[in-house]
Amino acid sequence: MAVGKSVNRVDAMAKVTGRAKYTEDFYHPDMLVAKYFRSSIAHGRVTAINTKKAENLDGVHAVFTYKDVPENKFPTAGHPLALTEDHKDAADRLLLTRDVRFMGDEIAIVVAQNELVANEALKLIEVSYDEYQPLILPEDILEENARQIHEGSSNIVGEHTYTFGNDVDQAFEKADHVVEGSFRTAMVQHCHIENHISHAYMDDLDKIVIVSSTQIPHIARRIVGEVLNIPLSRIRVIKPFVGGGFGNKQDVILEPMVAFLTLKLNGRAVQINLSREECIIGTRTRHPFYIDVKTGVMNDGTIVARHMDAISITGAYASHGHSVAAAGGSKQSSLYPRAATSFHARTLYANTPVAGAMRAYGSPQIIYALECATEDAARKIGMDSVEFRLKNVARQGDINLLSGKEILSCGLADCLIKGRDFIGWGEKKKEYEKFKTGPVRKGLGLACLSYASGTYPVCVEIAGARIALNQDGTVHVMVGATEIGQGSDTVVAQMVAQTLSFPYENVLVVQAQDTDVTPFDTGAYASRQAYVVSNAVFRAATDLREKILDHAAVMTDIDVAGLDIVDGNIVDTRKSAQVMDMKTLAIDSFYHKERGCQLTAEASFKATTNAPVFGCTFVDITVNIPLCKIKINRMISVHDSGVIINPVQSGGQIHGGAFMGIGAALSEELLIDPKTGYIYNNNLLDYKFPTFTDVPPIHHDFVETFEPTSAYGNKALGEPPVISPPPAIRNAVLDATGLCINSLPLSPHTLFTAFKDHGLIDEKGGDNV
Amino acid sequence: MTDGHFRQISFTINDRERRLRVDIRKSLAEVLREDLGLIGLKQGCGVGECGACSVMVDDVLVDSCIYLALWADGKQIRTVEGEARDGKPSKVQQAYVDEGAVQCGFCTPGFIMATTSFVEKCKGKNVSPGDIRKAHAGNLCRCTGYQNIFTAIEKSIESD
Ligand code: FES
Ligand code: FES
Repeated sequence: MAVGKSVNRVDAMAKVTGRAKYTEDFYHPDMLVAKYFRSSIAHGRVTAINTKKAENLDGVHAVFTYKDVPENKFPTAGHPLALTEDHKDAADRLLLTRDVRFMGDEIAIVVAQNELVANEALKLIEVSYDEYQPLILPEDILEENARQIHEGSSNIVGEHTYTFGNDVDQAFEKADHVVEGSFRTAMVQHCHIENHISHAYMDDLDKIVIVSSTQIPHIARRIVGEVLNIPLSRIRVIKPFVGGGFGNKQDVILEPMVAFLTLKLNGRAVQINLSREECIIGTRTRHPFYIDVKTGVMNDGTIVARHMDAISITGAYASHGHSVAAAGGSKQSSLYPRAATSFHARTLYANTPVAGAMRAYGSPQIIYALECATEDAARKIGMDSVEFRLKNVARQGDINLLSGKEILSCGLADCLIKGRDFIGWGEKKKEYEKFKTGPVRKGLGLACLSYASGTYPVCVEIAGARIALNQDGTVHVMVGATEIGQGSDTVVAQMVAQTLSFPYENVLVVQAQDTDVTPFDTGAYASRQAYVVSNAVFRAATDLREKILDHAAVMTDIDVAGLDIVDGNIVDTRKSAQVMDMKTLAIDSFYHKERGCQLTAEASFKATTNAPVFGCTFVDITVNIPLCKIKINRMISVHDSGVIINPVQSGGQIHGGAFMGIGAALSEELLIDPKTGYIYNNNLLDYKFPTFTDVPPIHHDFVETFEPTSAYGNKALGEPPVISPPPAIRNAVLDATGLCINSLPLSPHTLFTAFKDHGLIDEKGGDNV
Repeated sequence: MTDGHFRQISFTINDRERRLRVDIRKSLAEVLREDLGLIGLKQGCGVGECGACSVMVDDVLVDSCIYLALWADGKQIRTVEGEARDGKPSKVQQAYVDEGAVQCGFCTPGFIMATTSFVEKCKGKNVSPGDIRKAHAGNLCRCTGYQNIFTAIEKSIESD
């Protein structure tokens, strides 16, 4: 049984030996490098640009500006093609722009023989601007006479409302208490260690090959075709190993430009390898949200009504735009399906770096506010926080009223009980009662989460798998599912091994993605890969298994019903005896002159289901008031992601997600100057994501349910772990200090302000406690 | 590029002597990757923040992106490529594989060198969890939350 076992990753050895090749590791002797000339202001229009001196510099091959690029605006979001207008992404971007919309906007690009020369050339470009007031804060962006960052947009990218359940207004009226709160989340960044990088070349006179660190090879191919107006079949996207993405590579960022450049330069290889500083401001970020929540609650602890109003800031270009707020907002109906709920959200343009997809896509923001508000409601009626959740969260059999679908698997209540027991909730609560005053305070907090296993019914969910029996009795598997570090190739190998009854070692997954070769799949996002691909893999493997057994029957004259595959060998089940090994069968299928053929199977599958996943985080913290510091003493995240295909690798997803959540909770924030739009900390020294010394041990556990819509019972896991730590930590701070501090991150800066405002410390930081 | 930019140096790289004409403006990372094809080391920042480019120079862990190639003259350099021998991974490499300490793998070559240097330095000494964490604080990983890396390091110490 390969499913459920902690086998090693298929690519681990390649990675620890330094042999795994990433985009930068592909060497073209004549490759040129390209560097963007970026705006030094956040809002304006170029009045003149002079590139002559740069062009004349030795080693410069070309300089292109906004005057040289195609005029058709395109969307960059890595979504499957939408067949209906209402789901189309905003087409608001050009390859290079004359209208400057954030500090770092791309006005021109230099192509040179190496980076040194390219950087020199950038300094020789002269530009002048008409400057406008940068619009950073919602009130300025929405001000009646505010300049439209994109003409005709009114600075609003999207807006929607929904309600589900009973009449919301009536439910609020009937509620014993109504609790309100306003919440704010910060602009954080993915900081995958491999920056964005792509190169392109032509391998004959009309085909463009793009090698790129992307989560979405097939989508990138289509969008490049749209931008350059060339047929998709003339574009080939190759994805080697990817050094992390977290959503930031679910956007076409460099691919259209490198394709454009190689076309202009007669097919010569051109690479763009962003610096860390460019990557932080010039790719994508997480949307900062401003959220108001109202909760109606009864004295017995039932949440009867909820209203949420959210503003999401998408920055200079739409990218994923309003989809992020919409997706985040929709998780309420799977987490608290029985409360009458209304939701309203708007997504605004701003003169800030562009926000796009980032791990859990709007849910970290929405669920942060939701779980803080839920805690506040529990406290209002004086009910234990865990009991309150147990009373209100989703249970198996509830109906998700937004999708109209029944929740077929839900282990959230058991997750809560496991987490409560692990953290020692009852005893610790008592023990910590004496730590509610004085300079060092202690508290416990928790938060729940729900997420989805794909994007259906908003987007198509399609996956493909192809399996071929090799001459040595192993199989090679090709999937369109995109390995970016999350481990999808490994779970695919486990699934194939399971269905074929092959040893795991005999299942080899073709590592690189190549859109000319690999089956179609839309890519790595929405934690969809293992869930959606499961049904494609199962179908292909089942088909191949039948073909193998049929061939064994032909070879042995044993009735196929009496044959089986056990551990990679053909077995006569009636005699419980091995008939032959797989290599013998394979050789016969390939080389016997009269019978057999190469045994292969292929399946392409569309998922029309979308299983909700659940989880929770419990945290035990110490707050040092004078130091304005939070220390995490213990933390656990417990997840229901259906059947766990690989416990160790799944644990790794929880660790990584929780770690990112801790960063967002305590320290991560892109600091923007509200007057100029300047980002102060676009580097890894000043942008504080946790180092080895900053993270506490992160514990995890699972409640395994079986999800019937997946071929192996599994559901999503990649993104969810990032969601619940920030609200759990905020709720623990509330438990420790009695203060509702409703903006992220809970950095010393934020804590200082809050403690000062509440008189816990004085102006100079001396403590009053 | 004028010849004034080049200088002849020699060093030992993964036990092999090399004489090389290097561009004096280049970092060790650039020379190892571009001139010697040792692409195992990765670069996540190029300015000494992330540790993905860690190599050992005379047994000291350095960020090769901010170490001039020129400074390596006469020194012994070890990169991730030299750690597996006779078709077998080193104990550190094997521990990273077994403990699930690898995800995207971009930080991994740097971590392998950091742990290797740490394990060799601590031979026979007692190390605390705090020592492990501090010794690896210059290597950033965005995927693992450092949890399985921690157990891989512990295991590397035990098996040594
Ligand atoms: S690339 Fe050298 S420290 Fe980041
Ligand atoms: S494994 Fe991806 S950065 Fe460490």
